[in-house]
Amino acid sequence: MSQYVLRRLLIAIPSLLAISLVLFVVLALAPGDPFSELATNPNVPPEVQAALRAKFGLDDPIYLRYVHWIAAMAHGDWGFSFVSRMNVDTLILQRLPTTLYVIGSAQILALLIAIPVGVYAATKPYSPFDQIANTLAFIGFSLPTFFTGILFILIFSVTLDWLPFVYTTDIKATGIRWVLEMIRQAIMPVAVLGLFQAASMTRFVRSATLDVIRLDYVTTARAKGLGQAKVIVKHVMRNAMIPVVTLIALQMPAVFGGAIVTEQIFRIPGIGSLLISSILSNDTPVVMAVTFVFACLVVLFNLIADVLYGWLDPRISLR
Amino acid sequence: MLDKKLRSMIGDVKDGRMDRRAFIQRLAAVGLTAPLANQILALGGVAMAQSPAPYPPTKRGGGGPLKLLWWQGPTLLNPHFATGTKDQDGSRLFYEPLASWDADGNLNPILAAEIPSVANGGLAADAKSVTWKIKPGVKWHDGKPLTADDFVFTWQYAADPATAAVSVSTYGDITVEKVSDLSIRVLFKTPTPFWANAFVGAYGCVLPKHVFADYKGAKSREAPNNLSPVGTGPYKFVEFKPGDLIRGELNPDYHMPNRPYFDTIEMKGGGDAVSAARAVIQTGEFDFAWNMQVEDDVLLRLEKGGKGKTVYAVGGDIEFIAINFTDPNTEVDGERSSMKTKHPILSDPNVRKALALLVDRESVKKAIYGRAGRTTANYLNGPEKFVSKNTSWEFSIEKASKMLDDAGWKVGAEGIREKDGKKLKLLYQTSTNGPRQKTQAIVKQACQKAGIDVELKSVVASVFFSSDVANPDTYPKFYADIEMFQIPMTQPDPSLHMRRYISANVAAKENKWQGQNFPRYVNKDYDAAIAAAETETDPVKRATLYIKCNDLLWQDTVFIPVMHRLLVDACSNTVRPALSGWANRTDNIQDWYREA
Repeated sequence: MSQYVLRRLLIAIPSLLAISLVLFVVLALAPGDPFSELATNPNVPPEVQAALRAKFGLDDPIYLRYVHWIAAMAHGDWGFSFVSRMNVDTLILQRLPTTLYVIGSAQILALLIAIPVGVYAATKPYSPFDQIANTLAFIGFSLPTFFTGILFILIFSVTLDWLPFVYTTDIKATGIRWVLEMIRQAIMPVAVLGLFQAASMTRFVRSATLDVIRLDYVTTARAKGLGQAKVIVKHVMRNAMIPVVTLIALQMPAVFGGAIVTEQIFRIPGIGSLLISSILSNDTPVVMAVTFVFACLVVLFNLIADVLYGWLDPRISLR
Repeated sequence: MLDKKLRSMIGDVKDGRMDRRAFIQRLAAVGLTAPLANQILALGGVAMAQSPAPYPPTKRGGGGPLKLLWWQGPTLLNPHFATGTKDQDGSRLFYEPLASWDADGNLNPILAAEIPSVANGGLAADAKSVTWKIKPGVKWHDGKPLTADDFVFTWQYAADPATAAVSVSTYGDITVEKVSDLSIRVLFKTPTPFWANAFVGAYGCVLPKHVFADYKGAKSREAPNNLSPVGTGPYKFVEFKPGDLIRGELNPDYHMPNRPYFDTIEMKGGGDAVSAARAVIQTGEFDFAWNMQVEDDVLLRLEKGGKGKTVYAVGGDIEFIAINFTDPNTEVDGERSSMKTKHPILSDPNVRKALALLVDRESVKKAIYGRAGRTTANYLNGPEKFVSKNTSWEFSIEKASKMLDDAGWKVGAEGIREKDGKKLKLLYQTSTNGPRQKTQAIVKQACQKAGIDVELKSVVASVFFSSDVANPDTYPKFYADIEMFQIPMTQPDPSLHMRRYISANVAAKENKWQGQNFPRYVNKDYDAAIAAAETETDPVKRATLYIKCNDLLWQDTVFIPVMHRLLVDACSNTVRPALSGWANRTDNIQDWYREA
């Protein structure tokens, strides 16, 4: 087992290097630079912009810039943002809690909806409940989050005036009021993201459960005289959840990566909005760092999913 | 003649026979705007009025929180690193300059004890130096006193190329010396009629020497206080998260009486302009939102029964179509739009004039910019004293068609005009942006009716405005026949704005397209007028020269001005912001208050 993990980690190194190289080259080839705002300011002669480019090494050849970056990265130096002249790691760490809170809550909400609804729908396939759940799931994942987000804002903020639609990180309250405010402002983004995730996950849970529920051992369990609840929870779900666990594990990196569109709509200062604003301003070090961390997490969670798989289903052996 | 009369009028004001306002009105009547009139008076020896901003609050604080929403959040808080206005706006909450521009283009003293003038000995007669007196008793947020040393240090800091300050061009060519503890002298290499650049406005913010002294030059990025400013401003720094949030609290030792009004200040970033407008105008979650680049229709709809309104400030920002004088389709020595070529179609002045007749500015205003725009024939639209009254514009497809007919451009196959085998086809590029694409469509339609085939192209803003030498789609490369964008006027003086188009500034491969004259316009008269204006110390003559430059650009149809754009913000019905088209939004933040 540990040998397997070690081997997988070693294999991950070249693939991460390759990912970083591709990312870097794509970003370096992308047009634009972080100082474009200076270009039309008559107060700032173009030489200033050129000097800044030179100082930040943007005029060096791509391979040199890559070597510099990877060497610094190996030392744990993530570089600094061209736009805010601040260390990239501080910038990311500052954004991380918000992303974890909002996206994490959304994932939990999605699970809380998807698992019971999916399993229940599978136990009574083609019943009215199943039909309704299916229809809602289809509607749910056909509606993009930017649409539902704006819809929610129009209904709950503009018309009803119940919820704020600008997320604030410094709520001026303490104790229980602070907690309540934190929950209140997260309701809309969490609902938008959570419902979207829940929709596709429900379909997945339902089909996974359906596959298992028809198997002979389930019939045997029923024949033994076990109650419906016990059969479903102890016998069906344990096996049906194996693919679901994989799916969830693979979605974990997204929890760290943030949700670009939703964060933008609700002004949530998470990793997603950091990424999009850095891309728009050509802030290469930040984009590199965020995407690279994301790549690492994908590789890592893939491994975790595989290990979990073996643990949940001893029939699968890891070599 | 005007000159003589003016001098006697200045004399009248000096002796008190004529009041300042009457003087400005007289000048306005002959086409000189208020800011110009004021500088004329300043140079004529009358002190500039210390703008009497109405400010009713009678005590410091007590105003509760002020919540600002910037849809692009500030990413750094060192005014000398600020790449965009958003960063300048954020820094300005904490740092202050000697003076800032008010709505009329007057200087409003902030850290200065008084505005320099000839009368108070601040301005040298040869226009080669200016002496500023610093307000006594001003304290930095950490309690240390503000002295002349801080100003001298700021100059050294910004002028050092290793610091990589964006304000290096403001401070690079001057010398700053300490006269006394509370007085500095700024020395210019050549006579500089526009002396109010260094230590004024956004790039004028002074840094505390005792905080930044160890971080001048190459170590500038490492200064911990780049992220936690120590300034002299009305608000003290509390918290900063780049791109997301700035928080400040009232500075109890602020140097102006009864200011600031608000107890705390908060600047939230992120999102988009429309939802920012909504948060201020419709739901009232925020008090003020910056830069409402939103169609007027949308704003009008939001304003119906809302909690806020849009507010406008007039500056000199101009949205224009520029004409390429060189050939973008022929490559010479590895460069298109080379100075060695001539544009095959647009070098014909009749075609340029016809194009100007085909831009329906009134429709563009009605359909797109609404209250945020004014139609104009001029490239230079402010301050008033520099605005030409000699120009005019009109929209007429018939006149344009006739002009092209007369010039030999006959309608050929498919209704497209041609002459000597050259088809009247133009590539029209701009940056990707809703209003711009709509303007393109309006212009294209009129051109089609007149027999000109226009191909539209839009380039992502981050590419269009980048200085990337390798990219063919940047505006200075100008690999198109005509292009449209906006050039903001960041100070109430046309020198930098107009200097761009001298022949020595032509954008070309040899200067890595850093020359600012992107239309590649060459006119000896223009060069001469700019050269004369730059050393002319007589304000009236100087204004005349710049008006002449504007008229030359108009006569030669170098630009087709599309819209004189105003600054548009959204503001709560109760907050009274102090805004100016000549300054950044927060440049007079100490004067903001809320009406009960």
